[in-house]
Amino acid sequence: MRFGGLNALNNVDVAIQSGEIRAIIGPNGAGKSTLFNCITGVLRPTSGRILFAGEDITGLPPHRISRKAIARSYQITNILPGATVRENVRIATQSRHHAWSLLRHHRSYTDIIDRARDVLAAVGLAEKEDDLAANLSHGEQRNLEIGIALATEPRLLCLDEPTAGMSVTETHAIVALIRRIAADLTILIVEHDMEVVMGLARTITVLHYGEVIAEGTPAQIQADPRVQEVYLKT
Amino acid sequence: MLDLQDVHTYYGKSHVLHGVSLEVSAGEVVGLLGRNGVGKSTTLKTVMGLVRPAAGHVRFEGRDLTGLAPHHVARRGIAWVPEDRRIFRLLTVMENLRTGLDRQGMTEPRKQELLEKVYASFPVLRERRHQAGGTLSGGEQQMLAIARAMTLTPKIILLDEPTEGLMPRMVAQIREIIDVLRRDGVAILLVEQNVPLTLEVCARVYIMEKGQVRYRGSARELQANETIIQQYLGVSA
Amino acid sequence: MIPFDQLLVQAINGIVTGMILALVASGLTLIFGIMDVVNFAHGELFMLGAYVGTTIFVTTGSFWVALLGACLTLAALGAALQITTLRPLLGRDPLTTILATFGISLVLQNYALWQYGPVPRKITEPITGHFQLFHIEYPWYRLLIALLSALIIGGLWLFMKYGTYGIWIRATTQDRLMASAMGIPVPWVHTGVFAIGAAMAAASGVLFGPLVGVNHAMGFDFTLRAFVVVVVGGMGNLGGSILASIFLSLLEAFASLWVSPAQAVIVSFVVLILTLLFRPTGLFVPTPK
Repeated sequence: MRFGGLNALNNVDVAIQSGEIRAIIGPNGAGKSTLFNCITGVLRPTSGRILFAGEDITGLPPHRISRKAIARSYQITNILPGATVRENVRIATQSRHHAWSLLRHHRSYTDIIDRARDVLAAVGLAEKEDDLAANLSHGEQRNLEIGIALATEPRLLCLDEPTAGMSVTETHAIVALIRRIAADLTILIVEHDMEVVMGLARTITVLHYGEVIAEGTPAQIQADPRVQEVYLKT
Repeated sequence: MLDLQDVHTYYGKSHVLHGVSLEVSAGEVVGLLGRNGVGKSTTLKTVMGLVRPAAGHVRFEGRDLTGLAPHHVARRGIAWVPEDRRIFRLLTVMENLRTGLDRQGMTEPRKQELLEKVYASFPVLRERRHQAGGTLSGGEQQMLAIARAMTLTPKIILLDEPTEGLMPRMVAQIREIIDVLRRDGVAILLVEQNVPLTLEVCARVYIMEKGQVRYRGSARELQANETIIQQYLGVSA
Repeated sequence: MIPFDQLLVQAINGIVTGMILALVASGLTLIFGIMDVVNFAHGELFMLGAYVGTTIFVTTGSFWVALLGACLTLAALGAALQITTLRPLLGRDPLTTILATFGISLVLQNYALWQYGPVPRKITEPITGHFQLFHIEYPWYRLLIALLSALIIGGLWLFMKYGTYGIWIRATTQDRLMASAMGIPVPWVHTGVFAIGAAMAAASGVLFGPLVGVNHAMGFDFTLRAFVVVVVGGMGNLGGSILASIFLSLLEAFASLWVSPAQAVIVSFVVLILTLLFRPTGLFVPTPK
């Protein structure tokens, strides 16, 4: 992926297996966000291809990517603050199940509301369904974000630094949540918190200056001298 | 001289600093280490007044700085060299330096003297003095950013990852500049990811994780302590 | 076929109007460029400048003292307005500042109406007399306006390029936070720029006064045109707005050879729409890298 004269990603080859939790780590400027943005359709790669379940999704815009069942959470919370928690999730659920009749009242779509409630239960926000999203704590808002992403019934869930700005307790809570939902999904996560990464991921990809320098299990990565060098800049 | 006490900073609802406390004495070079995203840059920005802490205090030479606007902080003697350099791209090198040189209390001779001194440390800037800042290479921009901070004749410089993305030759140059500054009695709070460099130039270091200071000690102590280095700065968890 | 001398006269008219417009638009684009404020009160500053000019003229009998006095008075008024009304709004939603400046414009318009009454005032131009341009008698004063405007804008350019405060203004325009971190008192730079913009609007008002008569609605036409100029020239781009002023005024001047001047304004709006469609960053702005 080139930005003008800058090769942000250079021949990055990554293969993510269905059902795994993959973490992407690397120092500042390594290209993690760029890679993420290419996969989720925010950026169009200058060369190369991105295949999802055998299908070429390179260069598709974000809304089309979403239809392919790839969902993404953001570093800056992207919820609707003026709507209730349940509404936030319901709107996302609705995108998967067409509800376009002008004549029916939105409350009568009970199946959609039930699905939304299931998602809320999965992310631990069931009791707060009537609260305004703006009134949730920061950690709960991040849970809501994940819930919104989940409600679109993705096969791949992309999480962008989910524990940024969280206290240790909140971090543990989010990690537990991710573990719970990981059972039925493939998860791709960009993170800086090593505890989270080592504890959650099955495989880790390490980027440095736009290139993949290592890939493997947490144990392998920890033992890899190149990775250590990059992080400790010997 | 610079004192942070239990500083909490938020970006919107994101609680980025969870009670940071550290000090830098006059003339000291102190390192602030930690992985990406732990709050190192935010700490510097809080000192500089670019973000307002929700709780805690920042004191400089005994006076409370907390919540002061950045231009007041600069006038008290603190200069900031941001991670992305932020030189004024449409201004020439000379004009960039003038943003610091042209201030109250600076006579013409004094300005010339200071300018000469800066050019002596960074000869490449003298060559390019009429070139627009945006046309400089990354390394040259980093030099300019540091030079610009020096024109404020600060008592302390907040240096945010000066060696990031630079070739080894430039990293060596940065190291020399830090030595020059130290000899001049300027204190430095150095945020870095380059651990060996930091341990070489700093007397003391702090290590941050998840918005808090988790380790404080002399550079020599830390150098010997592989476990801590691995734990907070390496890839193990 | 249009006779050549008519074309030439219109060209000169276009340039003259263009220079005054440039004076007004420069202030507007400077203000937008540095603090992201769309100053809807700019036309009223123009109008008040003209009125203050008439008052000083009546008292002193000197056009030049009136010009200087109007600039200084409006600079002070502009500074006061910025400090009280706009400074507290820094960093807020742009809509808020638009509403604020719009509110100021209403207040100033009605103040002028109350203070000066509905009857237009007159300033006498400092140089009367005409010279022969082909078989037309062309007033010297119009040339003087163009010259003075050019001088003022030239002075502004020199100040911005070489003066210390000029550097402060340019640095703050490019990166407000970094400028602040360099010890530049950003809130005061904002006030200063607003004052300069107001003074330039006032100068335009006084210069234009002898041509049309000073009344409380004279601001509107110019504000509208100034906004078109600022968008076509590139918002915040000083050179661009000067070029755009002259370009648009020339177009309108030539257009009024065929249609009435009131209809000639359409030309400017057509250019505006085309600019927004095809080069929204401004016609005279180099393509951003």
